[in-house]
Amino acid sequence: MLRAFYHLLLRDLRLALRSRHELINPLIFFVLVVTLFPLAITPSEALLQKMAPGVIWVSALLAVLLSLDRLFRQDYEDGSLDQLMLSPNPLVILVLAKVCAHWLLTGLPLVLIAPLLAVFMSVPDAALPALLYSLLLGTPVLSLIGAIGVSLTVAVNRGGVLLSLIVLPLYIPVLIFGANTIDVASDGLSVRGQLLFLGAVLALAASLAPIATAAALRITASR
Amino acid sequence: MSETASTPVLLRGQSLECSRDDRRLFSNLSFELKAAQVLQIEGANGSGKTSLLRILCGLRTPDAGQVYWQGENIARAREDYYSNMVYIGHLPCIKGDLNVLENVRALLDTRSKTLADEHIAAALQQVGLAAYEDVAGKALSSGQRRRILLAFLLLADARLWILDEPLTALDMQGVVLMESMLLAHRAGGGSVIFTTHHGMQLGCEMSSLSLGTASVEARA
Repeated sequence: MLRAFYHLLLRDLRLALRSRHELINPLIFFVLVVTLFPLAITPSEALLQKMAPGVIWVSALLAVLLSLDRLFRQDYEDGSLDQLMLSPNPLVILVLAKVCAHWLLTGLPLVLIAPLLAVFMSVPDAALPALLYSLLLGTPVLSLIGAIGVSLTVAVNRGGVLLSLIVLPLYIPVLIFGANTIDVASDGLSVRGQLLFLGAVLALAASLAPIATAAALRITASR
Repeated sequence: MSETASTPVLLRGQSLECSRDDRRLFSNLSFELKAAQVLQIEGANGSGKTSLLRILCGLRTPDAGQVYWQGENIARAREDYYSNMVYIGHLPCIKGDLNVLENVRALLDTRSKTLADEHIAAALQQVGLAAYEDVAGKALSSGQRRRILLAFLLLADARLWILDEPLTALDMQGVVLMESMLLAHRAGGGSVIFTTHHGMQLGCEMSSLSLGTASVEARA
């Protein structure tokens, strides 16, 4: 079972590394959107600092949303998804492997580049750890919840809009607490509560979202 | 145990029914498949052959009826059933960015099978892809992609093959190869359920199941 997880994770990472543009696109999108704000609004430090948490989190969320389709689209179109579903291994484990690969390829790069963007948005140095921790805990949730949406819409032609309609409302709690973490840290207060909440959401999503995704994939395959 | 007189029943479909967009494809369809039995599903385009095969592998839920693997419902016998069954559908299941060897390995990984390179190389040679191990999937013709699936079929070591149009895109030699693979599989006690629009001369005893057009009727 663990071997199946590991092999699928490795296969997805290998596939992504061979078509790198797909890997870089969400990252460039993230950087560009965040950079647009200081350009569009007066680059006053106080204002940017006030907006930074929301801007960074909304951009990260949209960048993940853009990359979600990749999670199952190719496997659905070339029939590999059928083979995954016919595997003797539990589908939940395979789903988890695919979501892990997705996070390593999209979420993690976003977390790593975030400090640079924090400088653009003049986030105080004291809030940097909070920014990193909130993204580190929050972005896996985005991949996990997104997987449910993709598995429901992968069979729909041009399901992109539908996907965002399904997924974005579910992202709201993560967005609120993620942005709030940075906000509170900028004011020099403790962010323990916020991080604990994000951690709880991650634990919940990691245990339930793969089950929902597996069920949704079965519905998709039975059409 | 008088009912399992000679050879045990591997797969049994009971009163299966399937509709698509308010059109009933088939209903009250029952059949039995024993070890070393070859079953051809016949029927015109749109008669529900693919839907039936997807129901038999549990990818699609029938509107009524049950499928049993060795006497147990396939939903409950899932792990045992899927360890012993290979389904190959219309789609190639081949990744353009992986080479032939990696593609075969990726397919085998879904079945948690790790084989030595020599094993895979021997199978690739048998299906006529001996010199192609390092060639990327996207550089192959559609017939060659189908041949990767044949190699997977050989290596998967399953008792039951469910094949949807296995001759698609194969050339003359490919068809001969497929036929010899089916015969060898049957000789080893394996069973096959397949659909085809091409003539297949197996030269062995073969049962068939017709999805008639008579059952195509509008649902009230």
